[in-house]
Amino acid sequence: MATDHELRLRERLSRLRNVNLLGGARVSAELEKLERQLARIAEEATDEDIWQSVELARHEDRPYTLDYVERLLEDWVELHGDRVRADDHAVVAGLGRFDGRTIALVGHQKGRDIKDRIDRNFGSAHPEGYRKAMRLMKLADRHGFPLVTLVDTPGAYPGVAAEQHGQGGTLARSHELMARLEIPTVACIIGEGGSGGASAIALADRVLMQENAIYSVISPEGCAAILWRDAGEAKKAAAAFRPDALHCLELGVVDSIVPEPNGGAHTDADEAARLLGAALHGALDELEAVPSDELKRRRRARFRSLGVFA
Amino acid sequence: MSSSRIDVSIEHRGTPEPLGEKHPNTCPQCESHYRDDELNANLWVCPHCGHHFPMKARARIASLVDEGTFAEEAADVRSEDPLHFFDLRPYGERLAEAELKTGLGEAMVIGNAEIETTPCELAVMDFSFMGGSMGSAVGEKFSRACDSAAERGVTLVAVTASGGARMQEGILSLMQLPKTVCAVEDLKDAGGALITVMAHPTTAGVLASFASLGDVVIAEPNALMSFAGPRVVQQTTREKLPDDFGLSDSNYRLGHLDAVVRRPEIKPYVARLLRLFSKNGD
Repeated sequence: MATDHELRLRERLSRLRNVNLLGGARVSAELEKLERQLARIAEEATDEDIWQSVELARHEDRPYTLDYVERLLEDWVELHGDRVRADDHAVVAGLGRFDGRTIALVGHQKGRDIKDRIDRNFGSAHPEGYRKAMRLMKLADRHGFPLVTLVDTPGAYPGVAAEQHGQGGTLARSHELMARLEIPTVACIIGEGGSGGASAIALADRVLMQENAIYSVISPEGCAAILWRDAGEAKKAAAAFRPDALHCLELGVVDSIVPEPNGGAHTDADEAARLLGAALHGALDELEAVPSDELKRRRRARFRSLGVFA
Repeated sequence: MSSSRIDVSIEHRGTPEPLGEKHPNTCPQCESHYRDDELNANLWVCPHCGHHFPMKARARIASLVDEGTFAEEAADVRSEDPLHFFDLRPYGERLAEAELKTGLGEAMVIGNAEIETTPCELAVMDFSFMGGSMGSAVGEKFSRACDSAAERGVTLVAVTASGGARMQEGILSLMQLPKTVCAVEDLKDAGGALITVMAHPTTAGVLASFASLGDVVIAEPNALMSFAGPRVVQQTTREKLPDDFGLSDSNYRLGHLDAVVRRPEIKPYVARLLRLFSKNGD
């Protein structure tokens, strides 16, 4: 049993070494650090550690979108409203300068204290939030600004009003718009990547994922409630569908893992931002060299290749 | 009869035996009971009250296409079990059971056909195959249907019935949302059109991806089309749900649908659209 486990880990590690961990850029500077991260990731494949990833991804001190905006962007201007009916605070969107270029940034936003959390609806957006995101995407597309999206949501909000305002159709159109953009797009899962509400803003040329983030089709609790008929079996569910970054990397769902400070992003937001910034920088540099119609073609081909079937 | 019934069975997609105390051929609205052949002859619509029973993919195709024109494609595409997923039972076992029960290899059947002599491509989902859930195989089949439609310059007609993404395939099932959307966009860029017919239920991942992207979107009466199921909404928000929550009529009223079309009228409706979309009247 133990040797079996070890074999699996070794196989994973060997595959991991073949992928481009930081999108090609600044890898040498990070190499030693990455080696350590790799060693740690390799050790972290037990069910218990997958659950730890779930807990770290939801850690109340984990940096959120605006924490990264503050540390990575200059001249940040947040834009508000979907131009139809509301401004959804579960999504932030705006323009800023990153490494000397103007970029558009869209991200889910959670709140820090109770009041703030309610105001941000725990990062669960209504259709209004996705419409605001789409408004920014169109703006970026028209002006040729690269788009960065930061994904951190337990899922799109399941409420009566959200449904009446077309939650399903809006998520579909957000996916659709991202498949049509002719600008470089980079998404990073920075916390919880929950279901369609996450993928709707993550149909990007490069999809990055922080080391302790999770990306999944349903929350562990939701999966447990449906398949085990007991939300208390969340740990078992998480172990079964493995929302951790390494697993997503193995399946080709994400292109690279963004390292976090030891102990998780919440222990050192500045360092977490620096590491994220380096990864975004690398990815954008690479993409900016690619012609826009080629970007779109490759992006679609990338997503169309995902899946395992016979 | 006028009180609409919300079927919450999608909350239990993939579980062995859902709630159903009633025989599947007993009308949930008026309690009339029918033999298979009686329902089949009436397109699985209750002759007494008009309730639309779930329709299996093969019966659906037969109800839509000109007799003998359907040629199935990608029939050999099957799901794999990349996660070796095991909840109360192994995923592989659930797949085998679904195949035995439905006679289908997956929850979607694709192929080319003619409807009132206009050629088209079809992608038809079957709710009886693991709740019509979308895993890698369904995503791939839909994707190929888009390519096939684009190649032949015909319109794609998708009939959806799905509880959403197939959890047993984990994150790869979520990736079928972007995948199917990219396939639709490739079809649209090639000048093709997509017509979506939403049957009960069309929810979650399927509603949030290709199903909503039809150039024309119609639904059957009383079809549930919501991103989150009524039970999830109820439990999360503790709100009292409207009686017609998520049903096609309310979605039509709210502007999310082009029409609610009764099953016997779907073929002529779709045929008219196919003629309108076809290039140079071929």
